[in-house]
Amino acid sequence: MSRPALSPKFLFTLFFSFFKVGCFTFGGGFAMIPVIQREVCDNKCWMEQEEFIDMIAVTQSAPGPVAVNSSVFIGYKLAGIPGAVIALLGTVLPSFIIILLFAVFIASQSGTKYMTKFFEGVRPAVVALILGAGLGMGKKSIKDSFSVILGLLAITALVLFKIHPIVLIISGAIAGIARSIILSERNKEVS
Amino acid sequence: MLWELFLTFTFIGAFSFGGGYGMLPLIQQEVVYNHQWLTIQQFTDILAVAEMTPGPVAVNTATYVGYKMAGVLGSALATTGVVLPSFVLITTLASIVIKNKDNPRFQGAFQGLRPVVVALVIGAAILVGKDTIVNIPSVILALIALGLMEYTKLHPIFILLAFGFLGIIIY
Repeated sequence: MSRPALSPKFLFTLFFSFFKVGCFTFGGGFAMIPVIQREVCDNKCWMEQEEFIDMIAVTQSAPGPVAVNSSVFIGYKLAGIPGAVIALLGTVLPSFIIILLFAVFIASQSGTKYMTKFFEGVRPAVVALILGAGLGMGKKSIKDSFSVILGLLAITALVLFKIHPIVLIISGAIAGIARSIILSERNKEVS
Repeated sequence: MLWELFLTFTFIGAFSFGGGYGMLPLIQQEVVYNHQWLTIQQFTDILAVAEMTPGPVAVNTATYVGYKMAGVLGSALATTGVVLPSFVLITTLASIVIKNKDNPRFQGAFQGLRPVVVALVIGAAILVGKDTIVNIPSVILALIALGLMEYTKLHPIFILLAFGFLGIIIY
């Protein structure tokens, strides 16, 4: 893993990237995944797609908002603790400022009416963006029968049986470790 | 008062697994029932505001409650409190992951985690979509957005803004 030089210029770029993400994570939680993914994997090339998927697995298994966790993880990976602080500030600052403004000046009636319509248009797009991100990740990481079966089991458990994501993540990790142990045993027998 | 705000939101940050709406019951319990900083009506209003503004719900609520109780300083402290546990935990986890990158068991674990993450993301789209994609205009909007996302290099931010203004025009 190569770390970009810890220059003020790089930290500024990092801050600005996450500030942008923070400005546009409507709908919370998973809605920011496509936005961060495009910024971090495609625009800035700071991470491979697979690293990004692994990062989501880690940030989903810890408490706290996914957007906050992801920015801390990516910032830390790229530039250590200073990077984590800068990325976190960038993510949180937009909502901090906007909510303060909201609390100080209560939104006017007509303003709220336009906001509501704005969000009626945004919401279907958010669903599509999340779906698109998921399909893109699937193309990268669902390659063999093991991952197909695991993915299908997980989505059934989540959508039909409302199993908590934490349980799914832990089960996935255990299944993966078990498989790697079995595979290495088998290799030993062969050799 | 300031100290109590900070501690309460640190607690919320430390125990809110699942993110987003998963953490609402805990926030409600602390802010409305235990500390009685907000009435249930005020809490519902904040949710509406949080829906209409970008950012994680937990962060938005912390900022709002902090401001109501103790001004700008209060909102800064409550917001710092709510993100502090994430910061400590994630930097620790990230350093563990980076150090053990080449451990075969670790790699095995991630082999199992990747399909689950894909399922979680697609599942999130399905669960959000059930409440959102409810009429013909929303189906059409979602399909157009999916097409733009898949076949163009447009930034998702641009797609979100464009669809927001489209919403103002058509609704």
